[in-house]
Amino acid sequence: MRVTFPHMGNLWIIAKTLLEDLGLEVIVPPLPNRRSLDVGVRHAPEFACFPLKLNIGDFVGALDQGAEAIVMAGGIGPCRFGHYAQVEAQVLHDLGYDVEMVILEPPRGHLDGLLAKIRRLSGGKPLTRVWRAIRFGWEKLVALDEFDRALTRARPVERLTGSAARAHRAAAARLADADGVWATRRVGREGVREILCAAGLEESGRPGEPSWGKPFPRLRVGLVGELFMVAEPFANQEIERRLGEMGVEVLRPLYLSDWVRTHLIPRVFQPGRRRRASEVKRAARPYLGHFVGGEGLDSVGETILFDRQGCDGVIHVAPFTCMPEIVAASLLPEAGRDLGLPVLSLFLDEHTAEAGLTTRLEAFVDLLGRRRAVGGAREKW
Amino acid sequence: MGTKPATGHVWLGIDVGSVTTKAVAVGETGAILAHICHETMGQPARQVVRGLVELGAQLAEVRRKPRVRGVGTTGSGRSLAAALVGGDVVKNEITAHAVAALDLVPDVRTVLEIGGQDSKIILLRDGGVSDFAMNTVCAAGTGSFLDRQAARLGLAPAELGELALRSKRPVRIAGRCAVFAETDMVHQQQIGHAVEDIVAGLCQALVRNYLNNLAKGKDLEPPFVFQGGVAANRGMVAAFEGTLGHPVTVPEHHVLMGAFGAALLAKEAGLASTRFRGFGLGRMEHRTASFDCDGCPNACEITELRVDGAVAARWGGRCDRWQRQGSPAREAGVEA
Repeated sequence: MRVTFPHMGNLWIIAKTLLEDLGLEVIVPPLPNRRSLDVGVRHAPEFACFPLKLNIGDFVGALDQGAEAIVMAGGIGPCRFGHYAQVEAQVLHDLGYDVEMVILEPPRGHLDGLLAKIRRLSGGKPLTRVWRAIRFGWEKLVALDEFDRALTRARPVERLTGSAARAHRAAAARLADADGVWATRRVGREGVREILCAAGLEESGRPGEPSWGKPFPRLRVGLVGELFMVAEPFANQEIERRLGEMGVEVLRPLYLSDWVRTHLIPRVFQPGRRRRASEVKRAARPYLGHFVGGEGLDSVGETILFDRQGCDGVIHVAPFTCMPEIVAASLLPEAGRDLGLPVLSLFLDEHTAEAGLTTRLEAFVDLLGRRRAVGGAREKW
Repeated sequence: MGTKPATGHVWLGIDVGSVTTKAVAVGETGAILAHICHETMGQPARQVVRGLVELGAQLAEVRRKPRVRGVGTTGSGRSLAAALVGGDVVKNEITAHAVAALDLVPDVRTVLEIGGQDSKIILLRDGGVSDFAMNTVCAAGTGSFLDRQAARLGLAPAELGELALRSKRPVRIAGRCAVFAETDMVHQQQIGHAVEDIVAGLCQALVRNYLNNLAKGKDLEPPFVFQGGVAANRGMVAAFEGTLGHPVTVPEHHVLMGAFGAALLAKEAGLASTRFRGFGLGRMEHRTASFDCDGCPNACEITELRVDGAVAARWGGRCDRWQRQGSPAREAGVEA
């Protein structure tokens, strides 16, 4: 059976590795692009949010290349993502595609259901074999997220625009080919070093020699918001690159591996992570005391945690019409005022003009730079 | 002609907006010496060159030998303008508008700005921007919408504001969406309300829309400065004053504030030299052309500006394949 899945940032690496290791033939959809977006917009319900439109575009791209089944995540709570898979299956069916939709529901503390589904996909391979495949995919995801983290530190100080991104691309290509857990870990370590070195940084992330005379410490901005919009560069119009090239270091709480750790893996396996999740909740409590669906609560809590880490500002991204993030966006101005922390909320959609986004980001960075010039680097650095 | 100062340093500011292109020249004191404003009409490059030539002619009347020390550009066409004329400082319009407002009203705390197709609110504290917002998906309440409604009622855009001031009983019009607003206006007109009451109601609806969209969650404090093209509409000014409960200052050159701010930014940058190509730009040949990039499935449409045959700038791509014109990375042919 030829299977496919939707794109979301680095997700394809873990999904491809895992499914191939289980003996399935995997068709990775073309990376999200304008053409796939056009397809998604044409066929998705008009009021659906942006991620669903991109999903449809991905699926049509992969089905046209011969995919027969789609592995798609499910969801719970008051966020439309919970019925994406069903709506998408219906849309594809109406388009005349004969496709099986395998929906992986979040385990809510029990891995059994999820493992059973993955095992069934593999044609009934033993659980130990399934587990090994998951471990392998997981290693790749962690390594790639580390590459991304290194890139966001390297970009603001690189002398030649694009050199860190080039090192990142090269490292990611090697990682995709790495065979086995140990090879993956080695490529992971080397890749991080190469990306940092491409911008003249030492492994600590501090400027090495020469430092190109760029200001240090540089402006730091936390990026919070809906998971897909934060993780998928095509959807957020490469906000990390844009900010990086303006000399800003972007911090993300939501790397995919973090999300998996906090949302998919039962807490008993990771006491440290459990603390992290409840820390976010506790931080949000003065403004929001309960789950509102999606990452709404996380957006508020992470903003406050970024302030404690000494970020100069926070940018909040969400798809247009996203209910959980509308709740967050209505609370963030108050939180920002209390903390003295500039917060910029961006609701993005298929037709968000590039000029408007650039203007907002530049003005925001000007604002942060001026605060830094007046007040110096924040003490909590 | 003996009154003309012999020489003088000047700084230019160019604001290429969606609807109009503005340019000013300021002298050492920061006073506006010359200014132009033309409709962009979808041809920003042509309007920038035309404006520059006229600006040079105006300057020649007040300064015998003006020496351009720096050029600032702003507005959605700021990169194009900078590439074309040789800009030194390229700034977003929020910062430019804030700088201009602070120069004229040093204690300003809120800038209301409504242009042709976008609107912004800028909060200033301690002499700098502390918060801002721009309209996102809706152009209701901007100049284009007002012009359209004026045209539908057979009025010149300036008349609409004057007429609104005469209203005693403004009608209630939905301000949430331009389509709903227009439906309401048609309805009120068909049941026989006077035109002045309808346009006054429209102004109030647009102010409501503006404040609901941009000012939510923000503390609006006086002094207020209202700038941008729509500030010429006295009905809008009155509606803002009525809603905010405070006087609203409209600068004399409210249309030029972006360009003025860009000129001030160029002046403050303390440039040792300028990249300005000179007022003779009108005699150079400039041409824009576009092509589809074949680097990836995005198939971005790349626009290219050539001045006297040489590539001055390229833009329109999602990646940096064509945008980094002149950087070593590009010349080395980065991407294989």
